Amino acid sequence: MLLAEIVTLLGCTDLLALDQAGGREIAGCFAADLMSEVLAFCGHGPLLITGLTNLQSVHTAEVVDAQAILYVNDKRPDAQVLALARARGLPLLSTTLTMYEACGRLHRGGLPASTKQQGTAP
Amino acid sequence: MLYAETFQIRGGDFEHGGEVATRIKSICKDLGIRPDLIRRLSIANFEAEMNVIMHADEADLSFQVLPEAVRVVVADRGRGIPDIELAMTPGWSTATPEMRARGFGAGLGLPNIKNSADEFRLESTPGVGTTLTYAVRLA
Repeated sequence: MLLAEIVTLLGCTDLLALDQAGGREIAGCFAADLMSEVLAFCGHGPLLITGLTNLQSVHTAEVVDAQAILYVNDKRPDAQVLALARARGLPLLSTTLTMYEACGRLHRGGLPASTKQQGTAP
Repeated sequence: MLYAETFQIRGGDFEHGGEVATRIKSICKDLGIRPDLIRRLSIANFEAEMNVIMHADEADLSFQVLPEAVRVVVADRGRGIPDIELAMTPGWSTATPEMRARGFGAGLGLPNIKNSADEFRLESTPGVGTTLTYAVRLA
């Protein structure tokens, strides 16, 4: 699923408007507010859905090679977080939907979960 | 040795938490290390960095790229870990609600480091500090 399709499906606000970001192919999704859970359980290169808007959300996204972060519940990170994401070329989106609703719509739309393969190192 | 650098991490410095891990990730990319190995190393580094910020006074994180492995030693000064076996239990944590509100302190950090690394050693002296050593093999 293209990032641009996700923006349309969830009625997202594009917080950074990075050139060409809408053309990014998103193969899977992982949702959590605990960054340790993201580090422990998510697969490679997901769309990261979270309600955590601090700097660690961007650092965590970078470590798991996330294609973008989607902040739920209409949360928006501050200018420092936006600056870091811009420097890393990481698209940031925001939606007024709750995490459950955002995940439900994406799953119904065909976007699978991004999870670490069982029995392998993360 | 192909590369070596030591980074300082300050306890309580949440604002910069994650910067050491992402800097090392960038160095590893430049060195041409395989992406799946970089990811495992970066996860361990990020968790180790956040552990220092949450639980110690300060630490040196020494990062060495050897021909056969990437080796990291995190030597902190702080209150130490009285019961290492307990600290290794998934879900067990002494983190405060404030730490959890920042997305960490879920009791996953040390097990996550161990699972991400090919070698893992944790030594601690209560009241003095903790030394965590881990490595990701390159071959």
